[in-house]
Amino acid sequence: MIAMSPVLRVYGLHKSFVMHAQGHLALPVLRDVALDVAPGECLALVGPSGAGKSTLLRSLYGNYRPQGGSIRVHHRADWVELVGAEPRVTLDVRRHTMGFVSQFLRVIPRVATVDVVAEPMLRLGASPDEARRRAEFLLSLLGIPERLWQLPPATFSGGEQQRVNIARSLIADYPVLLLDEPTASLDTANRDGVIDLIRTRREAGAAIVGIFHDVAVRDALATRLYSVELPGASPMSTET
Amino acid sequence: MPDTIPEQDLGDSAYNYAYLDEQTKRMIRRAILKAVAVPGYQVPFGGREMPLPYGWGTGGIQVTAAIIGRDDTLKVIDQGADDTTNAVSIRRFFARVADVPTTTRTEEATVIQTRHRVPETPLQDGQILVFQVPIPEPLRMLEPRETETRTLHALSEYGVLRVSLYESIARHGRIAKTYNYPVLVNGRYIMSPSPIPKFDNPKLDRNPALQLYGAGREKRIYAVPPHTPVKSLDFDDHPFEIERWTECCALCGSTESFLDEMIVDDAGKRRFICSDTDYCQERQEEQSR
Amino acid sequence: MTAPILSAKGVTKRFGGRFACRGVSFDLWPGEVLGIVGESGSGKTTLLNCLAGRLVPEEGHVAYETASAGTVDVHRLSEARRRLLARTEWGFVHQDAREGLRMGASAGANIGERLMAIGARHYGEIRRTASDWLTRVEIDLDRLDDRPTAYSGGMRQRLQIARNLVSNPRLVFMDEPTGGLDVSVQARLLDLLRGLVDSFHLSAVLVTHDLGVARLLTHRLMVMQGGDVVEAGLTDQVLDDPQHAYTQMLVASILPV
Repeated sequence: MIAMSPVLRVYGLHKSFVMHAQGHLALPVLRDVALDVAPGECLALVGPSGAGKSTLLRSLYGNYRPQGGSIRVHHRADWVELVGAEPRVTLDVRRHTMGFVSQFLRVIPRVATVDVVAEPMLRLGASPDEARRRAEFLLSLLGIPERLWQLPPATFSGGEQQRVNIARSLIADYPVLLLDEPTASLDTANRDGVIDLIRTRREAGAAIVGIFHDVAVRDALATRLYSVELPGASPMSTET
Repeated sequence: MPDTIPEQDLGDSAYNYAYLDEQTKRMIRRAILKAVAVPGYQVPFGGREMPLPYGWGTGGIQVTAAIIGRDDTLKVIDQGADDTTNAVSIRRFFARVADVPTTTRTEEATVIQTRHRVPETPLQDGQILVFQVPIPEPLRMLEPRETETRTLHALSEYGVLRVSLYESIARHGRIAKTYNYPVLVNGRYIMSPSPIPKFDNPKLDRNPALQLYGAGREKRIYAVPPHTPVKSLDFDDHPFEIERWTECCALCGSTESFLDEMIVDDAGKRRFICSDTDYCQERQEEQSR
Repeated sequence: MTAPILSAKGVTKRFGGRFACRGVSFDLWPGEVLGIVGESGSGKTTLLNCLAGRLVPEEGHVAYETASAGTVDVHRLSEARRRLLARTEWGFVHQDAREGLRMGASAGANIGERLMAIGARHYGEIRRTASDWLTRVEIDLDRLDDRPTAYSGGMRQRLQIARNLVSNPRLVFMDEPTGGLDVSVQARLLDLLRGLVDSFHLSAVLVTHDLGVARLLTHRLMVMQGGDVVEAGLTDQVLDDPQHAYTQMLVASILPV
């Protein structure tokens, strides 16, 4: 396979947490993190619990604020620096280029499941019909029965909510995907469905960075591993 | 210019000519000129104490006193009638302090002071109609603050009034206001035409006479110069309409004038009679000739 | 559009010797919802009123990009123009719906007023448009002729929103729009606001002390304390990774359900 050039480039990334209520205690979590991800790659972040995998992922999305370094993403045929970017820049990147599958669905009261899933497509300017059709397709794919589509997901089980979350995060074809334990609350059957969905995206050219606790999932999806450790040990990148 | 007129020029009166001193008349005339220059705009003036209480026409009297002269002929009507107590009092007042001829005939008058009606007989160039006004502010019932209504007029923000017209249609199926019906003067200011019936509103539009409006308690004067457009507010699909009667006047047979409903005996028998006594009288005289 | 729709630079408002807000600067871009959060006395409502031209700051400027007449300095506009702007391109949703409604006029008249102010003269059409909006804010059509005095708090708030949006404003200021309402009523109202902001591509500045409301409705957040903006950024970033001591304290103070 011809190596494609990366669409996500990170170098010199620093991140600490300062807990002001605890005497301004500073906790460095990321130091000098560097990585690249190209289309078709799935970089799995590995490391012990609390090492900063989630922090790194969230920093890539702009959900956490790094103290220094660079995160550049290929967006609208140009490179965009996300560290220190204006909110509208990050919002635009999130709308068009970068998707994030979180561990939990943040439930918006009263909105029907199919509308929750369709929303990101509507934001991109798709017609309500097209967005709804795609949402229904994904929900079927992920095994959410039709009778639940018009109900708000607030009363669904954890596994059902997570599948709704995945559908919503993947309805748009993002070139860059960030996955934080996407199969955590799923049983085996549903897990396999999600693996297929993500693999299809990867094969279609998405550049993926993910945290997969389940080794089987990681083995199915990852093309490379990236080891994350608290500052003190230097991170290494290894091929699978 | 002296403050008072020399005693030998006064009529049967120890007062200055037309009761008010010259400075006051000058001040009121200035207010009138301003009012004429900005049709429909309420001009504040320094209202004086008059020998009638507020609510009895002090505004109209002050306007008339400021403009009247010995060459004038004065007519005073109250609800269209020359012979009610108030009309008689005011007419006699001016006869005494202004030494001016008075009349009940609309065509003969140069100055007509009126409470709550416009004469049926069309007015001419050179005549002046002075209205007695209780509440000069057309928005007062909707917006109690004077500071705010002044701002609304200045900015031409009449939404609150249009809301009240909308409400009337929503509640009654039509605009239910039958007197003191608001009008747009010269395309700019919304004005209260005083509590004349809406029947009289069309008479204000492009009238060849000068219309002066005086409010004594509120101390405001406003005016509509001759031949000025005066349009009653309405909606495209609920246009302005005047009142109509199925009966005609029991005395003169008019079907064109504003009719008062009179109860004429203890059995409750009703007759409809012209509100404008001069107009009715004139028609009766014509018919008997 | 290549310019921010609203631009504040160094906005400072004093009351006597006390700074209600100091040196506030930001650019709001079309389609963005900016939240201003803080506790009582933080200056957030004063700031909102300065932005909306209702208060004049001692220092600083607020620039608004009009639909077709270029950029204007909000405080240099004539009173007439500012009031016209407030009735057409802007909306202002008060915390207490009574301040933003004519309590003595029917719902239909309340919604129709802006239309009549810009020249609508056909009763039937005004009523039709008012009905459309009443439906959009999920109030029964048979309440069209009722006065807001007969409405519940949540309904009044929804009516206030309809009254503001009927003129298709581009920028909406909101002062604690869900304050004082029951939780379920709040949820319904927030949903409605989200939907309307999305479908009409509104830009908005929203003042709230409720971080949950901020999370749901806003894209960006400014945290105010004692008149100063102590932190600003993307909403999820400010709430999930607060940098400033005060923000951390605010976020940690949310009661879990």
